[in-house]
Amino acid sequence: MGKTIVCQCEDVTQGDLEDAFEQGFRDLESLKRYTGLATGLCQGKCCIAHAARFLAALKGGDEAAADPPRTRPLLQPTPISCFAGPEELSASPASREGQK
Amino acid sequence: MRDRADLVIIGGGVVGLSLAYHLARLGFTDVVVLEQGYLCFGASGRNGGGVRQQWSTEENIQLMKESVQMFRRLSSETGYNVWFRQGGYLFLARDAASAQGLEANVKLQNRCGVPTRLISPAEAQRVVPGLAPAGIQVCAYNPTDGVLFPFPAVWGMARAATQLGVAVETFTRVTAIEARGRQIVKVVTDRGAIATNRVVNAAGAWSVQVARLLGVELPNKPYRHEILISEPLKPFLDPMVSDLSDGTYFSQTMRGEICGGVSDPAEPSSMETRSSLRFLERMCRAMVRVVPTLANVRVMRQWAGFYDETPDGQPILGRVDEVDGFIQLHGFGGHGMMLAPIVGKLAAEWILRKADHALFQRYDLGRFKRGEVQKETFSIG
Ligand SMILES: Cc1cc2nc3c(=O)[nH]c(=O)nc-3n(C[C@H](O)[C@H](O)[C@H](O)COP(=O)(O)OP(=O)(O)OC[C@H]3O[C@@H](n4cnc5c(N)ncnc54)[C@H](O)[C@@H]3O)c2cc1C
Repeated sequence: MGKTIVCQCEDVTQGDLEDAFEQGFRDLESLKRYTGLATGLCQGKCCIAHAARFLAALKGGDEAAADPPRTRPLLQPTPISCFAGPEELSASPASREGQK
Repeated sequence: MRDRADLVIIGGGVVGLSLAYHLARLGFTDVVVLEQGYLCFGASGRNGGGVRQQWSTEENIQLMKESVQMFRRLSSETGYNVWFRQGGYLFLARDAASAQGLEANVKLQNRCGVPTRLISPAEAQRVVPGLAPAGIQVCAYNPTDGVLFPFPAVWGMARAATQLGVAVETFTRVTAIEARGRQIVKVVTDRGAIATNRVVNAAGAWSVQVARLLGVELPNKPYRHEILISEPLKPFLDPMVSDLSDGTYFSQTMRGEICGGVSDPAEPSSMETRSSLRFLERMCRAMVRVVPTLANVRVMRQWAGFYDETPDGQPILGRVDEVDGFIQLHGFGGHGMMLAPIVGKLAAEWILRKADHALFQRYDLGRFKRGEVQKETFSIG
């Protein structure tokens, strides 16, 4: 039987998720941290839905238990140079307040 | 969930779990650890994993020396590889005051048996390939400092404690603590109550709220501290690099990523956990100033956690005046990961009366009223 890959970036298989579940990692935030799932170059865009589905199945069909992990910036990997420009261009604390 | 326990620990971060683990190792397992989220939800799952012995007080240096030895053993003790890598810590001083500070610290660290050396920027370039020497006056380098991967340290302590008989309850939030007079009788959670006379407040940035459940006021303040991680690179960076001029720090993880943060003097106290563009820009600028070739590396992800800060930058450890059996273990600021092993061990010995450690009198909550504070001047970030 072949392997089912859940996360291609970090090479996490369905078997890895089952192992992690056995170890007691039974929510997506913990599965992410334990297996490395969703922490590769795609940042979870390709794998979170699959992982959620597998977790729901492991939990006996409880879809609600598989809340997705909190999405974190950046949207896509971006060179440091893009953010390291002159200070005058960056958001001041005041403008940050304005974004709330 | 157990409905009674000899001791309840509120907070399943590295501090609460280290205490639970060391209590269990001493044979005391009638303990329940209560964690409102998943393990690693708090600061213990959000930090940079830095472990250094370069401090400015003899006490902190000695404690961190112990922690380093304990981290070296932790993987084999718990069965979780914490990826502790002693690649050193390199501090950069860009002004005379910081340079003098490093000089004094190095002398003290050497007296305590820590092999820190002052090195020139040129020598530092051999430790950190690509380091830009311009503007750096002097560096302090200790090759025995290091970094670890925080998650397995947390999981390992939790699993080892559980295997010895402690109960660790995740997704269980403490909502009330009942007392009769000075005596605690019960801890109430959203999953049921636990009868107990002894409670440890190891709730990190949430400690103030937990203490308030018993009418105890703490001076701690939470501050958001942000951090980012890059795409993985071939291993090239041995030490954690820290620029004293702006509180930047970064190191390379065992997965190859560059991971680090920078302090922000404009950050107000809050329970905000969102990431900011301001941090991203400040950190990227700071990294490029230290190692210009990093400009081409891609940032993958950023997140935030809390520094649980006290007025004197030292943790709050020990009893309180108002209630019996209410033990405080919090206020670890930006260095709770590295302090957790030794503080957890000493606290376990102190709670079980196997040894009396002065720490739990000197750093109790009462010190702020008594006015006995000694400030650690070497906190980063
Ligand atoms: C970005 C960042 C970088 C850092 N870098 C380093 C570093 O390089 N080296 C270092 O040594 N330290 C570092 N630190 C500091 C370190 O992470 C903390 O000092 C340490 O994790 C504190 O551990 P703790 O157990 O006290 O707190 P936490 O890990 O926050 O644990 C407290 C726990 O209590 C739980 N809790 C709170 N209220 C309740 C309740 N009512 N009921 C149940 N549970 C509750 C919380 O959910 C939380 O999990 C960093 C911190 C941050 C944020």
